[in-house]
Amino acid sequence: MSTTIPVAGPAAARARSAPARRTRASRVSWTDVGLGTLGALVVVGVEELITRTGIVDASYLPPFTTILGELGHQLGQPEFWQSFGQTLSGWAIGLAIATALGVTVGVIIGSVPLLRELTASTIEFLRPIPSVALIPLVVLLWGTRPASSIFLVVYAAVWQVLVQVLYGVADVDPVARDTARSYRFSRWRVARSVVWPTALPYVVTGFRLAASVALILEITSELIIGVPGLGRDIGVAQSSGAVAKTYALVIVVGLIGVAVNLATRYVERRVLSWHPSMRRAV
Amino acid sequence: MSITRPAPARTRRKESPMTAPAPTDVALAVRGVTKTYEAPGRSVEAIRHLDFAVRSGELVCVVGPSGAGKTTLLRCVSGLLELSGGSVELDGEPVTGPPPGMAVVFQEYGRSLFPWMTVRQNVELPLKEKGLAKAERKRLAREALEAVGLADSGDAHPWQLSGGMQQRVAIARAVAYEPTVLLMDEPFAAVDAQTRADLEDLVRRLWERLGVTVLFVTHDIDEAVYLGERVLVLSNRPTVLMEDVRVDLPRERDQLTTRSDPRFGELRGHVYELIQRAKAGQRPDGDLPALPEPDALTTDAELEGNAS
Amino acid sequence: MTARLALRKVVMTLALPVVLVAAWWIATADSTSFFWPPLEDIVRTFPETWTADRWLHDVLPSLGRLGIGYAVALVAGIAFGTAIGLSKTLRALTEPTLEFFRAVPPPVLVPVIALFTGYTSSLSKVGTIALGCVWPILLNAVDGVRGLEPVLLDTAQTYRLGRWRRLTYVILPGASPRIVAGARQALSIGVILMVISELFGANRGLGATIVQFQRSFAVPQMWTGIILLGLIGVALSVLFRLIENRVLAWYHGQREIERGA
Repeated sequence: MSTTIPVAGPAAARARSAPARRTRASRVSWTDVGLGTLGALVVVGVEELITRTGIVDASYLPPFTTILGELGHQLGQPEFWQSFGQTLSGWAIGLAIATALGVTVGVIIGSVPLLRELTASTIEFLRPIPSVALIPLVVLLWGTRPASSIFLVVYAAVWQVLVQVLYGVADVDPVARDTARSYRFSRWRVARSVVWPTALPYVVTGFRLAASVALILEITSELIIGVPGLGRDIGVAQSSGAVAKTYALVIVVGLIGVAVNLATRYVERRVLSWHPSMRRAV
Repeated sequence: MSITRPAPARTRRKESPMTAPAPTDVALAVRGVTKTYEAPGRSVEAIRHLDFAVRSGELVCVVGPSGAGKTTLLRCVSGLLELSGGSVELDGEPVTGPPPGMAVVFQEYGRSLFPWMTVRQNVELPLKEKGLAKAERKRLAREALEAVGLADSGDAHPWQLSGGMQQRVAIARAVAYEPTVLLMDEPFAAVDAQTRADLEDLVRRLWERLGVTVLFVTHDIDEAVYLGERVLVLSNRPTVLMEDVRVDLPRERDQLTTRSDPRFGELRGHVYELIQRAKAGQRPDGDLPALPEPDALTTDAELEGNAS
Repeated sequence: MTARLALRKVVMTLALPVVLVAAWWIATADSTSFFWPPLEDIVRTFPETWTADRWLHDVLPSLGRLGIGYAVALVAGIAFGTAIGLSKTLRALTEPTLEFFRAVPPPVLVPVIALFTGYTSSLSKVGTIALGCVWPILLNAVDGVRGLEPVLLDTAQTYRLGRWRRLTYVILPGASPRIVAGARQALSIGVILMVISELFGANRGLGATIVQFQRSFAVPQMWTGIILLGLIGVALSVLFRLIENRVLAWYHGQREIERGA
């Protein structure tokens, strides 16, 4: 039997009791795109103006066109792409480990009530510990090797995944689970056909949150510790007075962040759209 | 007019043949109202022509087939929606936005009460806006809650109450506001039948005590005939008035005897027939082909959301 | 709660942490490793390291800067976020730009701001914290205002609530769950920036002190700093949760009832 028990949990009950509500149009109209572009252009234009006219000293903030030019120049440099690759690989590896770890531990803890109770206080305590607190330790242990950044990334990102997975496992409709058990589903099958579909949207949300945290930590460790990557390049550029290059790299990192956000939000929307229990992620 | 004192005698009417209301008598005048939704690429004529008057102190019900624009009408009358043509006048003043002296009770009771406030605070909020003194506010709120039977629930939050109770709170809030006109937009549609009966009687009781003018929109024919002194039957979209049915049932009504009154059955049957004709596309201004099944129609809310 | 239940709760809360700390203690008891000094030593060094002077001139100023920067971000984020959320045009104009600024990892702000004000001024540190914290609050405020229940807004309109009253009684409370979520994210960003803004240049401050220990290889002292920082992070989180429970009591109650339905 490979049926998936329909998850008719609290969300469905909520949907039934409340009158149908029109959903916010998620498609972006052309006006929005146009206005958004206009807004961005205005910001850029103002920046260009205040720097060219000397209202803001160009040694603090170069005109946008200069920054853009430097950015273009960077794109032709192999060192840039090497850093780019290092940043991205550190981020990806850390994120993958954090996700795997978070899901595994989360499912195990979430499924055993005793474990949940025992670990609750520890998780609540460890979670808010800022990963930057570990920077000195990590520096002593691994110096500027990529292991430093990966460790920090995993440490920070795993909590995002873990907490969401715990929510997800907790959200499983007890009726559905009991139904599965009454049909004598094996533990594994219960996990697969009842727990997993409920937990999946939470896992995806946790992944999304973890992805952006991972990027922050990756850049942080590159910037602070000096692990090779774009973060380190920014620090070097700034301290050596290459102001335009600093801003150009900051823009690149920002764009990477935007890309990560968009990609993970897209994945989240796709997964949630066919999932019966709709959750609003905060 | 206060909640506790019954309305003055002049607003009590005995049955009289339908005459054109004298100008000073009219609380709400809907003159030649039209409403067309303009969306990119299409325009939908929701209301083609509506013209009727509600006298001061009357309880008028509005029914129509699904998609007939009942909610559109109510939103136009309440000033939440701009008219495409015609005018709405409240006590002789044209309505351009939500007018003072008008209270609206929405269908979605759960979502019209502010969850971060207690029941009492919800009822008092419009009174604060009115600028009433604290003592006066408290008194009105207390009396309103008593009138709807929720004297003890003042300190609860709305979401702690049942659906029927929440709708009572919304009614209490409207009543405490001491409006001249009370608009109710299918207020009992989302409530179970037993509660609905109680709430219908509550509305009639409050109406009698306060002498407030009530415009009551509903899809429930029985409810419309039970409650109203007049029933306005709307056609399908684009909406016009099918008929203004006078309900000549006794003033004292109760669920058991009134509903088994043969006259009730006749009126009900008449309204039902009108609605069936409306659904089939028959209209006073020339028949139109019958519209497809209700769920294929876009709801007013969707139209409003997509249009200007 | 019965005594037995209370006891169980206490045991459950403390069991694992006690075990972990004990394991740490025992595992490092005879340690001669450089990086992992005996926990006993670390604990002993604690009061010696964090003297009153350190508290007064390093820890409290750091926390003070965090507080100011966070407060500025809160006010600015809510004010601008609400204004943008209420205007469809403003939202469309600013959304892509704001999303970009939000996506820039906050630590990157440190060298950028240093271009303007150098590393060591208090202003640059507070400014960094404020600039890093404002985005989640602002964007969440926009979302919160945007996601307001339409019927609530209609109700406010039909009862002719004035602009100020509408803002304080309807819009802000309605958006507060999302704003609080943004504020929570901003808090963790703030703590990170508080530390990082002190790592460059010569400084006094919590992060600066810890790094100085690390650079001078005073490992047990460094560990005390790490633990202290961790404790501060936890304390702030608990404080936030307490405030959140007060502010969002109605929201938690409502969710609980909905969930049980």
